[in-house]
Amino acid sequence: MDEAPAIGLRGSVSFGDNLLFRDMQLDLRPGWTCLLGASGVGKTTILRLLAGLPTGARFDGVVQRPQHLAYMAQDDLLQDRLSVLNNVLLGQRLSGTRPDVERATQLLQSVGLEGMEKRRPISLSGGQRQRVALARALMEDTKLALLDEPFSALDAATRQKMQELAYKCLEGRHVLLVTHDPVEALRLGAQVKLLEGGQVHDLPALGGVPPHAIDTPQFAKAYHATVSRLAGIK
Amino acid sequence: MRGLFVGVLLLAFWQGLVSLTGVPPFILPGPLAVLHALGDNTALLGLHAAYTSAEIILGLVLGAMFGIICAVGMCMSDFVTRSLRPLLSLSQAIPVFALAPLLTLWLGYGLASKIFVVVLIVFFPIASGFYDGLQATPEGTLDLARLAHARRWPTFVWLRLPYALPSLGAALRIAAVYAPIGAVTGEWVGSSHGLGYLMLLANGRMKTDLMFAAVCILTLLTIALRSVVGWGLRKLEM
Repeated sequence: MDEAPAIGLRGSVSFGDNLLFRDMQLDLRPGWTCLLGASGVGKTTILRLLAGLPTGARFDGVVQRPQHLAYMAQDDLLQDRLSVLNNVLLGQRLSGTRPDVERATQLLQSVGLEGMEKRRPISLSGGQRQRVALARALMEDTKLALLDEPFSALDAATRQKMQELAYKCLEGRHVLLVTHDPVEALRLGAQVKLLEGGQVHDLPALGGVPPHAIDTPQFAKAYHATVSRLAGIK
Repeated sequence: MRGLFVGVLLLAFWQGLVSLTGVPPFILPGPLAVLHALGDNTALLGLHAAYTSAEIILGLVLGAMFGIICAVGMCMSDFVTRSLRPLLSLSQAIPVFALAPLLTLWLGYGLASKIFVVVLIVFFPIASGFYDGLQATPEGTLDLARLAHARRWPTFVWLRLPYALPSLGAALRIAAVYAPIGAVTGEWVGSSHGLGYLMLLANGRMKTDLMFAAVCILTLLTIALRSVVGWGLRKLEM
């Protein structure tokens, strides 16, 4: 018998009279689940419902998630007046727990920002800023991580490095990555899903252990298949 | 540098106008006559400037304190917001000029009535400017608070306040310019000291040069206050 998934969401979502999803179901397993879909199809709405954040939509259904979760958005949400270290400690400061400076320093080290604790975010590059955001997300010691296109504003080389770093750092967690980039989804996803027509569809993912190299024939084939599916060619 | 040049040019024009037309000095004294009046009355001007400065600074500090407390209170509690909002609009709707005589009646000819006028004038821009700033925290940033299940106070200290500091800074800069107007208004209505009092006195005695001198001092006071406040706020990155 299948064990009931500990993390996921099922139900219907509507904006006003407009039904966005009817009886949709999204179950997360350990590893990365990548959710693809066109702009405005409701990817972010799904992620925010899972996160328990306001969406402006009406949701009838159940969400199963741990109380705390790691979260990264496209905007790094760094606070310009706080130092890098204080940005990483922000979650603990906000929740009123004792700030663990040692752990924050270690995490900054692990994302390659050793010695930058005192810097202001304004003095960092886009890639460095997302590294700080990753360290801040990692401060939440939880099994769920929700990523809302955190790499999409980065240049191609930085994006690839960030994907690999995030993959390494989030090892062993349930990760939901919302993205519009099929390459990203195929590289990282143990499960690849497509949000379309108010339903979640499974797309074939590459076998083996992510992050996958993108210069293999299998990748090219999978990429072609996924893009055709996205373009509506069945 | 260019501003200085324009200023000198204007002064020269003013002096030329007075010299050429021969306007009597009690109608329009030239800048040189005003300079003389400044030199002849330093002690008198200094004394009254000290009174006015005290009113401005005390009024500004108190008004800023009340304004900040009011904005923070409104940010912290919906009940306070609902209770204070109408009062806040009301405080701005009442013409302070019309209220000044009453304040003199109640609080006397001394400092208190002038300080009160300054407080009334600076309170609203500070309270409303700061409150608007506190409400302008981006939703994405507030998501961080929601994810951490943060209470109001940590959310205020770590997220809302940092975002609102520039708004508070802008409000304080405006207040620094308004405050002298409040003090002089209070003095006009009834007082025995201060630059506003001196202006009325000089005007009544046809000592127009002294009146101009008092206006000069008041202008310098305002510019100085604006600069000091601006400098302090820049230091605080507001």
